[in-house]
Formats: sequence, structure tokens, C-alpha cells
Amino acid sequence: MAASSNLNILDFEKPIQELDAQINAIRELADEKDEDPSAEIARLEEMRDKIMAQIFSSLTPWDKTLLARHPKRPYTLDLVRLMFEDYSELHGDRLFADDHAMVGGIGVIGGHQVVWVGQQKGRDLKDRQYRNFGSAKPEGYRKALRLMKLAEKFGRPIVCFVDTPAADCSVGSEERGISEAIARNLMEMSTLKVPVIVALIGEGGSGGAIGIAVGNRLLMLEHGIYSVIPPEGCAAILWRDPTRGADAAAALKITAKDALGLGVIDEIVPEPLGGAHRNVDETARTLKAAILRNLHELQGISGEALAEERYAKFRNMGSFFSEPELEEMES
Amino acid sequence: MATTGWFGRRSKSARKIARQSVDALPDGLWTKCPKCNEILFNKELEKNFRVCGKCNYHFRLKAMERIAFTADEGSFEEFADDLRTTNPLDFPEYNAKIAKGRASSGMDESLVVGTATIDCMPVVLAVADFSFMGGSMGGVLGEKIVRGIELAIEERRPFIAFCASGGARMQEGILALMQMAKTSAAVAKIHEAGLPYIVVHTDPTTAGVHASFASIGDVIIAEPGALIGFAGERVAQQAGVINRPPNFQRADFQLDHGMVDLVTPRRELKQTLGKLLDFCHREVASGR
Repeated sequence: MAASSNLNILDFEKPIQELDAQINAIRELADEKDEDPSAEIARLEEMRDKIMAQIFSSLTPWDKTLLARHPKRPYTLDLVRLMFEDYSELHGDRLFADDHAMVGGIGVIGGHQVVWVGQQKGRDLKDRQYRNFGSAKPEGYRKALRLMKLAEKFGRPIVCFVDTPAADCSVGSEERGISEAIARNLMEMSTLKVPVIVALIGEGGSGGAIGIAVGNRLLMLEHGIYSVIPPEGCAAILWRDPTRGADAAAALKITAKDALGLGVIDEIVPEPLGGAHRNVDETARTLKAAILRNLHELQGISGEALAEERYAKFRNMGSFFSEPELEEMES
Repeated sequence: MATTGWFGRRSKSARKIARQSVDALPDGLWTKCPKCNEILFNKELEKNFRVCGKCNYHFRLKAMERIAFTADEGSFEEFADDLRTTNPLDFPEYNAKIAKGRASSGMDESLVVGTATIDCMPVVLAVADFSFMGGSMGGVLGEKIVRGIELAIEERRPFIAFCASGGARMQEGILALMQMAKTSAAVAKIHEAGLPYIVVHTDPTTAGVHASFASIGDVIIAEPGALIGFAGERVAQQAGVINRPPNFQRADFQLDHGMVDLVTPRRELKQTLGKLLDFCHREVASGR
């Protein structure tokens, strides 16, 4: 922990990290001196957890944005590896390429055969480039749809993991119809005759996110974000000042709690104290339990009913009123 | 993505100069073409479907102008015109922006929807108006598209959508994003019903609208020169995209890359729609 680069530590995590470093130092020293430091360590750990609880009880939407983008946050493949008893990745959209920013395949979770898809970010510099920073191209969305159709053909449920800053907007993606790819996914996902469970595990970045997020059930990790536009982009447009991301993050209502309140997600999946990256195993366990519970609930519902339920869910999203109604209310 | 497409296309000073020179012209008689600077006699411009006779620049149309150019005279009947946006996020300055948008555009929202006939064939027509908050898609636009499609299915009418939008309406946050799924899911229903869905991309058709109901029509027509694409220039710049080709995201670029069926000059648009409707219309027309 102490040796890790400062780039991997958020500002508000620093007091926690300092105590972690202290605890590690005592452990190492005790090993050398052959003393029992457990009392001292327990005291420091208690202190650290208290501070951590305090910090995490008052996170701002901007803090959550940083946590959702945390370089140590578990990504799709990390969670798939931990949650699935068995899985295989399947590749390619059969049209152009295999997009490394969108992964997917078949797998077994809690005894259920499912298709899984999700955006994948990279861990180090080279890996990040390989994964295009989690920004999928048209071929990624088309691969995801191909796999979802595979699931539908064989009556298997689908689990989607959403973690992307945005869809790729390079010239090549535009040439190959990134808009069409996302739009088609939205349309086709609404008609799938199998259960679709969506887990928002990190960044839910606008059209890039919703392109694989039309589900019967939407679960969101506690410190994830789901937004129509990155807070910095919103600030740049509204106030011509991209540094006001924190203000925009608050105004855009991007936290899991907001999304639940607005009826956009169904369930918040709690993260371990200190965030998903502090205990990836526990995160995977909690998320797996939530996914399995929802899978059980959707079992036995007919394909037609699942598609209708999904349609109705999104049909009813949005906020508006009828003006005459307002006049009646006032009079 | 979201709402950036139309920003920064001309510098502030360029806009100011353009405005000043138009202001200097006698009121209501002349309009200056923003592309070639030709001074156009308004009556001629109207006769030419608001297309510059010199450089073929297609002026952006108000929804009502579009309807007048498209629907049979007097056939348009608006519905769902009572829908108004709320401020679901309590977003700062949103209410003021709505009020300002209404005052400056004369519209209650960024899209009107209604029934009409085109060459005597009944349709449901949805027409966006860029002058109201950049044609952005919030809860009202999404609901109007869906109600339009629902009516089209109920009455067995083709659905025609004229798009003009910078994308999802930022001020409605995640609920605006959900309109992408909501409208696209409704489009699935119209395809299931076997009814025609024709989309016209006008300047600009971008971001959240382009990446949802605008891109999944049976036939997609673009107006010449229209900006059509996923990410606005500023979003792309922030993402580090460089070397955008000169005609990038213009109608002819999208035609070259197979993303639209036709680029149709405005004066031929109604005829083209008529032809397409006639092709798709067999069962539909007999239902009336």
C-alpha cells in the first residue's frame, strides 16, 4: 500500500492511506524485532476505519465521480473472474473487428448459464490504450448485440456490466456508424425475450453506457455514477469552465442514490467501506448475490412478458406534466 | 455527447458581425445568407423553400415552416401540445432557460407532433425545432415521439420524424438520457407493426437524438449540408480526436459512409416523401 504510486490515491483517501502505511510499517518492524504489535495495530485499524467511515459518510457527487473512475476500481473482467464459476470470452462483431473496449461471452454464475457483456477499461498505460480507456466503438456495440441475440436464441439470461466514460467518438467510429450501433442496441434490447440484468459498476457515461443498459433490472454499485454528460463537459458548456466539474456533478444528480430516486435504477448494491477497490472480493460477493436474487425473481416469466415489462419500464421514464392539469390544480 | 453539436461553430465575433449586418438591412425584406453572404429577397427565399438561390445553403426551418412545406395545406393537427417540462433535477437556471426559449422561439417545446396528410396519404408527423433550446431531447420530446408512434400504430399511419437537435437535454440529466431508450423502444414497436418509419435528418442531427430514434428508420433522408453525427466538435476535442476531415459529419459524408439513404434537396423533399409513402403504403392507406 505505502509503496503504491500517489496517482492511485485520491485526495480524500490520503488520511486513510497514511494510516494504512503506518500499520504496514509497524508490521514490518515487528517482524524484524519479533514483537507482538497486534494491540497497536488494532488501535490504528480502528482509528482508520473510524476516519474512513467519516469520510465516506459525506462524499460529494464529485468525490463519487473520482471513485467511479478510481484507477484501482474493479473492472468488468475482474468481477467476472470472481463471480462466475466458469466463463469464456467470445470475440468479434462478424462485420469489422473485435473491440477490446467491449468484452463478452458465456459463463456460469450461481449455476445459471448466461451471456455476459461489458465495457472493459485498462489498468496500466499500455493496457488502457489496448482497451481504448473503456470507450467502445461501433464494433463493440455490435458484438454486444450479437452475443445478446445468441442468449435469446438459446433462452439464456443476459448480464451487462456498464463501465465507460463514453462511447468512442473518433473519425473511424463515426464512419462506421457509432450512432446507428447504439440506437440499434437500444431498439433490439427492448425486445429481447430473455431476462436482462444490468449492473452499473463504475462510470455510466451517457450514450456509451445506455447502449448496453436496457434491462429488466438495473443494479448500481454504491459509488458508481450514471450521467447524461461528463460533469466536466457539462461545466464547459454551461459555464465555459471545465474545471467546475464538481458543481456540475452536483447539479446533474449522477449518484446511485439520485438514480434510484429518479426511478432510473432498481437497486443500489452497497460497496465495502472505503469503496469497491478496498475489497474487491467482497464487492464481487455482494454484487453476485444481488444478480442472482434478481435472476431468480425473473425466472419463469415468459419471454413476451419480460420484453413487455422492459418496454413499460423505459416507456414510463421522463418527467413532464400537462399544462391544463396545472391550471386545474391552481384554480 | 449530449448537447454540444451547435456550439462553437462560429466565433462570437463572427456571429456578432453577421447579426449587425443583417440588422442594417431593412426589416423583414431581406435576409443575408450565412454561408455565401448573398443578400436574399425574403419573398424569393420563401418561394425557394428557404434555400439560398446562390449557394444552395439550406436555412434552418421553424417547425411550422417545415410543416407548411411538407404537409398538405391545412391538414396538420397537433396533439400532445399540452405537455410541458418540469425541472426534475431542480437544475440551476433551467426554468429561466425554458422561459427564454419560449419567448425567443415562440414554441412551447423543441418538437411538435400531429396528424397530417402528405399527397393525401395520412401520416403522423413529428417535427423538431432547433430554435427552442437547440432542439434538445428531454422528457417532453421523448413522450411526444412515443405518443406519436402509439397513435401511428393505433390508426395504422406511417410515422415521419424531422430531426434537428444538439442531443439530450443536459438540464434533465439522466432522465434525458433515458429518452434515448424510450424512443428507440417505441421505434421497435412501429417496426413490429409493419408500418413505415421515415426519418429526415436536418441541420443539425447529433448526439443523443442521432444515437437513438433518428438512426433506426426504414429510410433515412438527409438535407444537403446538414450536420449529422454522434459527437460534437467540442466533445471530440475533449476526447482528443484530431484530424477531422473537412466534410466530416456533413450529409454527403454520411451518404458516402452508408449512414443515410438519400440526400434530398428541400424543394424535392415532399415529392420524395410521397414516393416513399406510396411504396410503403398499400395496407396503410386502405386502413383509412
